[in-house]
Amino acid sequence: MMNRLDLNTVHDWVPRGSSVLDLGCGDGAFLQRLCDERDVVGVGVEIDANNLISAVEKGLNVIQEDINDGLHCFPAHRFDVVMLTHALQELTHPHVTLERMVQIGKQAIVSFPNFGHWFCRLHLGLRGRMPVSRAMPHHWYDTPNIHFCTVRDFEALCSELNIDIIERATVSGPAQKILGKLWPNIFATSAVYRIRRSGQ
Amino acid sequence: MSGALSSQSVGVITPQVVRFDAPFQFSNGATLDQHELIFETYGELNAAATNAVLICHALSGSHHAAGVHDATEQRPGWWDLVIGPGKPIDTNRLFVVCSNNLGGCDGSTGPNTLMPSSNTPWGSQFPQPQVRDWVRSQKLLAEHLGISRWAAVVGGSLGGMQALQWAVDFPDWVEHCVALASAPGLTAQNIAFNEIARHAILSDPDFRGGDYLAQETLPARGVALARMVGHLTYMSADGMSDRFGRELREESFAPDGNQERVFQVESYLRHQGARFSTRFDANTYVLMTRALDLFDLAEGYPDLASALSEAEANFLLLSFSSDWRFAPQRSIEIRDALMATGKAVTHANIETDNGHDAFLLPNPIYERLLAEWMQRVGPS
Repeated sequence: MMNRLDLNTVHDWVPRGSSVLDLGCGDGAFLQRLCDERDVVGVGVEIDANNLISAVEKGLNVIQEDINDGLHCFPAHRFDVVMLTHALQELTHPHVTLERMVQIGKQAIVSFPNFGHWFCRLHLGLRGRMPVSRAMPHHWYDTPNIHFCTVRDFEALCSELNIDIIERATVSGPAQKILGKLWPNIFATSAVYRIRRSGQ
Repeated sequence: MSGALSSQSVGVITPQVVRFDAPFQFSNGATLDQHELIFETYGELNAAATNAVLICHALSGSHHAAGVHDATEQRPGWWDLVIGPGKPIDTNRLFVVCSNNLGGCDGSTGPNTLMPSSNTPWGSQFPQPQVRDWVRSQKLLAEHLGISRWAAVVGGSLGGMQALQWAVDFPDWVEHCVALASAPGLTAQNIAFNEIARHAILSDPDFRGGDYLAQETLPARGVALARMVGHLTYMSADGMSDRFGRELREESFAPDGNQERVFQVESYLRHQGARFSTRFDANTYVLMTRALDLFDLAEGYPDLASALSEAEANFLLLSFSSDWRFAPQRSIEIRDALMATGKAVTHANIETDNGHDAFLLPNPIYERLLAEWMQRVGPS
């Protein structure tokens, strides 16, 4: 598991005492951290039974559900924050899920690996093959990541879906912190967005 | 491993009986002047009475949920799988109570016990109980035991309905509510299956309008048929294929070739029916299935979410993928109603071929999940 620096940003953005829905909560470690350190009331959504058991073991409440099925169990504005960290690229219809997220939550926090990062461009441009790295260890034919996007792709989609971007943060390699801020689409390894439905 | 010899068994258990002399009124207005409940307990109630867990039984269950009645008993209680020291419902930490429902046939006042006035069995005269009547009767038992709040109320199927009704009717009594393979009310298909079962019993000439004990008959054929239909619906098609396939019983390979060929599944159903018909009271079967049909958690409320908004409990709902009698969708209805009203709920749908019976059968994911979730029940 790579070091998930995006989670530090998400952690700081989640308001103290808020209600949080964590889509794809995995073993619940991050949601538990938010409960402990930010006093949130958390609910997890997780499809994998073993992950779900680990999250339940931590005292969390978890719903076993496929995010792709539409998250119909949650009424509008049910949560202060709906978060989706490093799972956007695994969804069948990312745009549908994003729209649901900003309905269910007063705001949503999304993080994803940036496929526009220079390493990916170099790999694809020079070698002519889909990038494989420590952060993206899967081959194209056998990857859960079926919908990679770039920082610019994501922002274009938000605009199309009438979703407002409240805040953006980037995660970059240690030598590229400034570059990542200046040219995130090339130098950010992952991006974190705080979004909400337009006009809210 | 279960049974008396296992270190994870509650061991040899002696049932207890409590008699209530105050009148008990059913929802339909009928009254018992006095009644008895038979129950078992496992583990120790702590001084503050904060570790009590109520187990509610399903249609054919009883107060005998765990352990054995004597060292020679072959089959432990019906939920020995999960109740015991070190098991998911851990009797090292928790005080577990299970009673036979009013109207049952295992020792609580019911159609097979004697009417105080005439010294004949209640038979057809026994009042129709409903789920909420059982809840009130279990509350009397709790008060008798010095319990004023359950750390958890737990049940599967009809037992899950009782757990849910507890959480709605007595919110400050229920800290945690566990409803497995349950539903907020039966579907038309489910009521239809119950009606077939009842019809089998009621049309048995030996049923005698319910007064077979007084007339010294036994509607064994009707009860057996009812059980065969019921049992069939508790299994899944895949589970049955795996277990029985088209296998024939060995005796049916007789060399003379004249013997009837009997499939394993036939033999199994006949055995289940026959065993049940000598163990279970026909009137109780009719009353229990009617109670199932009548159950509607939303009754008296605009909708299910309004009913559940009364509850203060933290909920665990488990459904089982191949359960078509109490399908996963029914648990999802409860889950969504709880979610809509902001209640704390965990729901998982366990992958299994065991159908509705899955909540009674071994399954590593199910047992681990229940065990981990139960860690939050009782004093830490």
